[in-house]
Amino acid sequence: MKYRIKFSKYDIMIFIGHLDMMRFFQKAFRRSGLPIAYSTGFSPHQIMSFAQPLGVGVYSDGEYFDVEFEEKVEPDLIKERLSAVMATGVDIINVRELPDDAGNAMASIAAAGYTIRLRDGHFPELSLTEHFEAFMAQPEILYEKETKRSVKELNIKDFIFEYKVMDEEIYLFLDASSAGNLNPAFVMDAYFKWMGKESQKLDFVIKRMEIYYRTDEGKLLPLEEAGVR
Amino acid sequence: MRKLALSDEILLTIDKPARYIGQEINAVSKNVSDVDIRFVMCFPDVYEIGMSHLGIQILYDRLNRYDDVWCERVYSPWMDLDEILRKEQIPLFALESQDPIRDFDFLGITLQYEMCYTNVLQILDLSGIALRAKDRRESDPIVIGGGPCSYNPEPIADFFDLFYIGEGEEGYRALLDLYKECKAAGLKRVDFLKKAAKLAGIYCPMFYEAHYNEDGTLKEFVCLEEGLPERIEKTLIKDLNEVSYPKNPIVPYMRVTQDRVVLEIQRGCIRGCRFCQAGMLYRPVRERSVDYLMDYATTMLDATGHEEISLSSLSSSDYSHLPELMDRLIDECTKRHVNISLPSLRIDAFSLDVMNKVQDVKKSSLTFAPEAGSQRMRNVINKGLTVDDIMGGAKMAFSGGWNKVKLYFMLGLPFETDEDAVAIAELADQIARLYYETVPKEERTGKVQITASSSFFIPKPFTPLQWAPMGTKEDFLHKADVVKSAVLAQLNKKSIRYMYHEADVSVLEGVFARGDRRLSDVIEKAYKKGCFYDAWGEYYHHDVWLSCFEECGLDVDFYTTRVRKEDELFPWDFISCGVTKAFLLREWKNAAKNQVTPNCSMACSGCGAACYGTGEYCPK
Repeated sequence: MKYRIKFSKYDIMIFIGHLDMMRFFQKAFRRSGLPIAYSTGFSPHQIMSFAQPLGVGVYSDGEYFDVEFEEKVEPDLIKERLSAVMATGVDIINVRELPDDAGNAMASIAAAGYTIRLRDGHFPELSLTEHFEAFMAQPEILYEKETKRSVKELNIKDFIFEYKVMDEEIYLFLDASSAGNLNPAFVMDAYFKWMGKESQKLDFVIKRMEIYYRTDEGKLLPLEEAGVR
Repeated sequence: MRKLALSDEILLTIDKPARYIGQEINAVSKNVSDVDIRFVMCFPDVYEIGMSHLGIQILYDRLNRYDDVWCERVYSPWMDLDEILRKEQIPLFALESQDPIRDFDFLGITLQYEMCYTNVLQILDLSGIALRAKDRRESDPIVIGGGPCSYNPEPIADFFDLFYIGEGEEGYRALLDLYKECKAAGLKRVDFLKKAAKLAGIYCPMFYEAHYNEDGTLKEFVCLEEGLPERIEKTLIKDLNEVSYPKNPIVPYMRVTQDRVVLEIQRGCIRGCRFCQAGMLYRPVRERSVDYLMDYATTMLDATGHEEISLSSLSSSDYSHLPELMDRLIDECTKRHVNISLPSLRIDAFSLDVMNKVQDVKKSSLTFAPEAGSQRMRNVINKGLTVDDIMGGAKMAFSGGWNKVKLYFMLGLPFETDEDAVAIAELADQIARLYYETVPKEERTGKVQITASSSFFIPKPFTPLQWAPMGTKEDFLHKADVVKSAVLAQLNKKSIRYMYHEADVSVLEGVFARGDRRLSDVIEKAYKKGCFYDAWGEYYHHDVWLSCFEECGLDVDFYTTRVRKEDELFPWDFISCGVTKAFLLREWKNAAKNQVTPNCSMACSGCGAACYGTGEYCPK
């Protein structure tokens, strides 16, 4: 029996890294008493897989992981029992039962949506949104992406599926597939460089809004839609 | 949502922000307006270390059970945050409320090892509390120390208002009541301290004075206030089944050293190893019942979600109901997919059987702590482990599939010769040979791996070896060299890895362990020159420390290598842990004669700890 769990991260939880978040949920399941399935062997571990790591400092309204249970439990009851053992800054948004043939959360990711604003007190004179359309209107947006071994120049425009300019906030709909995952901080870095300004990661407050998968028909849908309500 | 003491900018700049945000699972939150006393417990080292300490969890739980008290926590900020706090003048804060430490009523500091002394000053300094008790303001928290190092509190006596000597579960209530009473009556700080100094287990250093002889030894230790005790008796819980234990320990968000449920099965130790301070301080042995332990084990596993449980005691094999406890624990933990970790088990048929059930043999290693290489030296230190015990255990283990062995030794023990050092290498080789004799070629899974490590012996107060001169750094390194070359001369040298501890820091630990009040000047000076986190090799500045001793006109050797006379008055003699100085001296003489003393379960040797009217093996 497989379930997909959607949760949010805010308040103090943004300071907890990905590995610690996984450990947090492992312990939470033990506290909840829910019949999570274990692998076999000498150090059995819970069968749980996370969609995508979220950087420290980033907020989210759309984090996911899949779990396997030993027996069927009503999704509402899972939500209730799990919510009872959560902490400040992490809420269970919903729980969906997955069909047996559903791909795992990690492998099916295609895109993610983010909102970005300036952190209070950072660039107080600047409008974040004023020049963004002009920035996006360039035929290509070259960005030097540093990997462990090399520096690669990419046209990141190819990985920005959509954007929206709102009230001092930018929405970015970005490629999140294993082949083309684009970090929203890179887009901001490129944008500020284009404006001739030096920015740091700390200047922005980023929130992941949702993670999407691609259906067989090629449609992008929130990960939760793969599950049964 | 609680406001954090640190801005997001700071938290996202420093390493491991989870150290400073509090609000962990099971952390206790109360309304400030609902309580009379705000207490903050401190472990003066980094969060990961401090959070792993059982004592704080016990006291945290205990104090928070009182409706009128809110007990919070604080740990040493790591170097990166330390710098920011100083630069931006942010006062050190407690994790739960994120309020400044200086606004609390009590700051309790547990003293688990001597090398944390400068970290105590860091905590006080960052909190904006005067370093010396005599300079504190009326509004400053009462700074109270506890833990093993408080049994010789003299080197840091000037920095503390009070020390709590002994097991704190029950005694704190009287102190808290007195505090409330004094506060209500509008008494001054010093008057509260005077009254507190009369309570059981409480030592208030400012009312005592040390006078010295011309040779630097202690001449007398005098009480300056009438009506205060000349001698401070430790407090002790008579029946561990009658005292509470944490039901819902805090679960940290980040990985900490002890990331598991810890079940304290007993206190005290029957063994009487002559170097071991814990073995004397916590006498007599008191066990918890299996029912009590199972009840707490299941409750704690439910409340924390930890995937591992560990038994805690000085020597778990000596717990008299171990087979029953293990049976029931294995049953319970298998159901829950919980691992059991078993430190401090003697290797024998029973423990191997248990380990077989709870561990992956291929991955785990056997641990022996012979402490000394030769039988003669093991007799000197009264370590009742013979070559036959080690060989017998190792043989069974090798047959059972184990092929990794860890051996722990001490170097620089009193009466030790080079031959005793060579014996360490020989013992390691003997175990390696046993492996090849025991396990036929076709059944071997690679080479046997033997890791021998040695630390340098540091004489500690309240042990029979408190009279022993400590080795010099040169002695230590010479002995380590002897072991190293002896290992290379062994047949199985390729299967043996030898490691030894840093010698410089051992010397300093030796100074503080048996130090006196004059050392507070050295500690303060070193701190002001930038020494803290001394327990962390990379931040230990030996040359700075040496210059501080020189500037204070104190001699390192006086505290370490000096031969102490049998009738010397020690700085810690005014404290009683039950074990008498006469017993310790008798044991020191037995050590010189290579003579062993039976453990408590074999015969009572009259150490004095029977005075508490409890103890599994004490004469009634």
